[in-house]
Amino acid sequence: MNQLGYPILSVVIFLPLLGALMVLLINRKNESLIRWVTLITSVLTFILAIPLLTHFDKTTSKMQFVESHTWIPQWNIRYSVGIDGISILFVMLSTLITVLCVLISWKAIKDRIKEFHIALLIVDTAMVGVFSSLDFFLFYLFWEAMLIPMYLLIGVWGGPRRLYAAIKFFLYTLVGSVLMLVGIIVLYFAGGRTFDIVQLSSQNLPYGLQFWLFWAFFAAFAVKVPMFPVHTWLPDAHTEAPTAGSVILAAILIKMGAYGFLRFSIPLFPEATKTYLVPMMLLSMIAIIYGAVICLVQSDLKRLIAYSSVSHMGFVTLGLFALNATGLEGGILQMINHGIVTGALFLGVGIIYERTHTREIADYGGVASRMPVYAAFFMIFTLAAIGLPGLNGFIGEFLILFGAFSAKKAIAVFSATGVVIGAAYMLWLYQKVFFQTVNPKIEAIPDMDLREIVTLLPLVILIVWIGVYPNTFLSYMHASVQHLLERVNIAPESLSIARLLPWR
Amino acid sequence: MSKYLLIPVLPLLAFFINIILGRRYLKDNAQWVSIAAVLGSFVIAVSSLFDVISGSRFYGDIYTWVVAGNFRASVGFNIDELTSIMLIVVTTISSLVHIYSVGYMHGDKGYYRFFSYLSLFTFSMLMLVMSNNFLQLYFGWEAVGLCSYLLIGFWYEKRSASDAGKKAFIVNRVGDFGFALGVFMIYLTFGSLDYRTVFNSLSMHLNDPLVHMNLGITAVDVNLFTLIALLLFCGAVGKSAQIPLHVWLPDAMEGPTPVSALIHAATMVTAGVFMVARCSPIFNLSPFAMNVVAVVGAVTAIFAASIGLVQNDIKRVIAYSTISQLGYMFLAEGVGAYSAGIFHLYTHAFFKALLFLGAGSVMHAMEGELNIQKMGGLRKYMPWTYWTFLLASLSISGIPGFAGFFSKDEILWQAYSSGGPGRLVWIIGSITAFMTALYSFRVFFMAFHGEFRGTHEQEHHLHESPKVMTIPLAILATGAVVAGWVGIPSLLGGGNQIAGYLGHVLGHPKGEGTGMQEMMVMGFSTALGILGIGLSYIMYGRRSELPQKIAAAFKPLYTLFYNKYYVDELYSYTVVKPTLWIGKNILGKVTDGTIIEGVVNGVPGLIGWFSARFRRIQTGLVQEYAAVMAIGILIIMVVLIVW
Amino acid sequence: MVPIQWYLWLSVIVFSIGVFGFLSRRNIIVIFMSIELMLNGVNISLVAFSHYLQDMRGQILVFFVIAVAAAEAAIGLAIIISLFRNKATAHVDDIDEMKG
Repeated sequence: MNQLGYPILSVVIFLPLLGALMVLLINRKNESLIRWVTLITSVLTFILAIPLLTHFDKTTSKMQFVESHTWIPQWNIRYSVGIDGISILFVMLSTLITVLCVLISWKAIKDRIKEFHIALLIVDTAMVGVFSSLDFFLFYLFWEAMLIPMYLLIGVWGGPRRLYAAIKFFLYTLVGSVLMLVGIIVLYFAGGRTFDIVQLSSQNLPYGLQFWLFWAFFAAFAVKVPMFPVHTWLPDAHTEAPTAGSVILAAILIKMGAYGFLRFSIPLFPEATKTYLVPMMLLSMIAIIYGAVICLVQSDLKRLIAYSSVSHMGFVTLGLFALNATGLEGGILQMINHGIVTGALFLGVGIIYERTHTREIADYGGVASRMPVYAAFFMIFTLAAIGLPGLNGFIGEFLILFGAFSAKKAIAVFSATGVVIGAAYMLWLYQKVFFQTVNPKIEAIPDMDLREIVTLLPLVILIVWIGVYPNTFLSYMHASVQHLLERVNIAPESLSIARLLPWR
Repeated sequence: MSKYLLIPVLPLLAFFINIILGRRYLKDNAQWVSIAAVLGSFVIAVSSLFDVISGSRFYGDIYTWVVAGNFRASVGFNIDELTSIMLIVVTTISSLVHIYSVGYMHGDKGYYRFFSYLSLFTFSMLMLVMSNNFLQLYFGWEAVGLCSYLLIGFWYEKRSASDAGKKAFIVNRVGDFGFALGVFMIYLTFGSLDYRTVFNSLSMHLNDPLVHMNLGITAVDVNLFTLIALLLFCGAVGKSAQIPLHVWLPDAMEGPTPVSALIHAATMVTAGVFMVARCSPIFNLSPFAMNVVAVVGAVTAIFAASIGLVQNDIKRVIAYSTISQLGYMFLAEGVGAYSAGIFHLYTHAFFKALLFLGAGSVMHAMEGELNIQKMGGLRKYMPWTYWTFLLASLSISGIPGFAGFFSKDEILWQAYSSGGPGRLVWIIGSITAFMTALYSFRVFFMAFHGEFRGTHEQEHHLHESPKVMTIPLAILATGAVVAGWVGIPSLLGGGNQIAGYLGHVLGHPKGEGTGMQEMMVMGFSTALGILGIGLSYIMYGRRSELPQKIAAAFKPLYTLFYNKYYVDELYSYTVVKPTLWIGKNILGKVTDGTIIEGVVNGVPGLIGWFSARFRRIQTGLVQEYAAVMAIGILIIMVVLIVW
Repeated sequence: MVPIQWYLWLSVIVFSIGVFGFLSRRNIIVIFMSIELMLNGVNISLVAFSHYLQDMRGQILVFFVIAVAAAEAAIGLAIIISLFRNKATAHVDDIDEMKG
């Protein structure tokens, strides 16, 4: 079952939890020890996850590194984890991002350091858990477990309106998740009393059931992505969260929604997915343009990047629901890209926020004169975000738009305008913050130190790597995406209007 | 192959070395790395030109860039006649601009940054012209746009400079939007982005039902090739600053002048011309698209020339002249004379780069002054600049013997001989030729002749530029004269070698005509050029009151030209401001702020409202609870007993 | 032999007096005594049924009730005393800390 001979995934999932326990035992006065233990744990987790990449068999779409143990036999609940070509990159990204989050919080977090790092490590466990669960019960457990430390990260270490943002974030996601829970229970009974995701994914459910379950799952995933019109938690949560929180939100948490579409909605309800292809693509298109236009008029750095996430995630869902290999692979790659780039942008904002304690764009100006190294890094992230060829964003957006163009031309054409507006708001942001004369408020800010450079450097390397040679990453997906498409293609066409009606 | 690989890689390496080590270590020595790299590229480019001339072309992939689903694209090179000419143009002008910049940018605090950007630009431009597929073309296309953005906004502390850079990038993005869709269409139609595969399979698709397929956008049948050609041309319109996307180029003059010479005159802006030539097999299949190209080119040519007539900023005049000349090139391509277009691109690179560098030399002497109204009499202070500027102006005005004459004449002749709409295009082109001579010499006379009109301080400071700047001027001036000699038409006893050379790739134009007609076209345009110079001398060389009188007589027209036809204002009021308004007021306040947030905050609010009512029951008095309980039990008992 | 109904009537009357007292009186001590009355009303019916059905479980239960009542009295009085110390009142209408 497992090509490595030891339960690597369990190790990667639970090592951060172990680290959290260790942090719990450290005296809260000993701040540097807390930071170092957290850092070492997260780095170790990342290093231990690397064999996943090297030993991954790219030729098969089957789950790999599988571990499966009986957990609660009365309900046929199992502890089973495993990854395939879709999830492997997210596992890697999660572990990497956690390391960077620890690094970026080194000086930014000054109170309740112990609790902060415990929360961070628990988030790490939950993130990897979500991406590697093969049992619905386990999946839901991790999915919800993610919420609590995230809620605390926003609510305790956030900005002035943190409580509002935290509660909004919590309730928004909870409403979606609860509907998904109902869906999972229905699936359990409909699928012959099993929570096994792989087994359920190969069953053909009746169309009527698919319809309801599709929307139940959609509720959970659309909120997480977030798709228009359930996106309004994102700007608030992003804006108020501390840097590490924003980074995790942007890089990993909102990927879970799109991952859910890939892992559950499409293979479990292929017929329903095909039926709602056009509405889904339309929603994605609206998100792209809507998010982009609203970005043009933001005055808050983090809020702008948050809305740009809405736009970029619109591209991701557009690619996924194009339901062809190019669109799907582009969508998955763009999820990684967005994780890297938006994560990097938030890290960047965090770096400067630490110095100035303001998020208002108007309070900046001429940063390039004061922080040339920082400006160079931020320029790379900006360019990656607007999809400059040679950097990662281009590959993702191009593949997505090509996939969408192959599926529905008009939608792709309108969506592509998002790329133009994207350039407008990102360059506007860059100009206002970095160019022009130096704002007196930021006269004496120091450039990045070594720790900050080390934090951003891995992301720059990834940005260029994916841009120049994306096949390293795309090659992991081919088999799994092909498998997913076969699953969709055998589902009968159901395009008659009558079948759209729920009571049929 | 590894030899060709070096052509772009050398400048790329120079970029990395300069950007990483420049700030700390290289500082004022940054130019050496970049100049060495670009000269290396130049040498290899020359050798590859000889390779191609001797018949050895190269076509091959380096590595597979993207594989996703059924989409596949690679990075590769295509060294043929067209590419070799472009390589020569790019590396020559780039080398000279590099050297010139040593003097021009001397002492600037961003010195290392400037040279690293120049190297990055050279790399991108080389990748663009050398590519063997559309995706790499797109890569180069956007990458040169990035360099343009970085270099226009090089003095980023100036608001206008950073605005101009941003504008250039975004306007180009609009064009690239169409270009990308064109690339999609190509892949969907041909299943490949490889030039050779696409162009070779064109004939197979001629009778394809796909050609008249329903596109699902407008539910109207559109000829596929027309659509692809027009979408690609969209990109060219953006990059080469044609109507209606020309607005960024005049603003781009905010960048340092060597940048204007290299990027916004000689190389990057001609990428559109190059691309149309490269895709000539596709354009040839669509007469409609060809006509669009010709008309856009011709209209842009005369439109930009008319604005150039009245501008006072020396660089802006030259910028409008560039737009106008680019229009010429498209005009040529539109009538099927691709090699004439490329020939003009090649000669234009020399004399236009020279004009810009000459203008830079003037600015250097005038401490950054750009207004030609405040110049005058510079001839005696800067002889090198004066003479080279004169040669460039003669060349652009199409005076026989100079480079510009041969290429412009070739274009006008091809337009004339293609017949039909070509005649109309020819008339516009000829009028433009007259205007070109007029505004070029207007600048020349106002800057170099007459009395100095600037301040005393400026006059005191006037000096000729250092050798490192004048030598590139001299070399370019030589080019501005002799570069055209490779295309002397047979009528004048030449062999028009360049047309034959490029004909392998671009084909030969179909137009026909007698030697008599050709002589007439040539004579006519030459006469117009001389007339333009003469008129310019009368109006500006002798400082008569004539210009003011004409301006007053045609007041509305003058205002229209002076304000550039109000295109910027038009875009501002029809596109930019409404979008921002919608973003702020509709999406921000109504949809997000009121509707969605209304629901989101409204549901908890509603629950809260009900809770506020329900909580009244909770009096806190145990006896009341007990009373309710007792009554409840009583009711239950009664119910149980009665049932 | 006294019929069981008599016992039950007595139980009902004692219980009802307790309920009425609990609901109508405002002095907390009196309310407390009313609770005792209700408990004893229940005790009476338990003992009566125990005797009637010849089942000792009823009487055992009564002992439990008495024990619980004693404990309750002790704890309850302690609460009342501390309450009185804090609020200086034995009037229940003044004690509405749990008002929503």
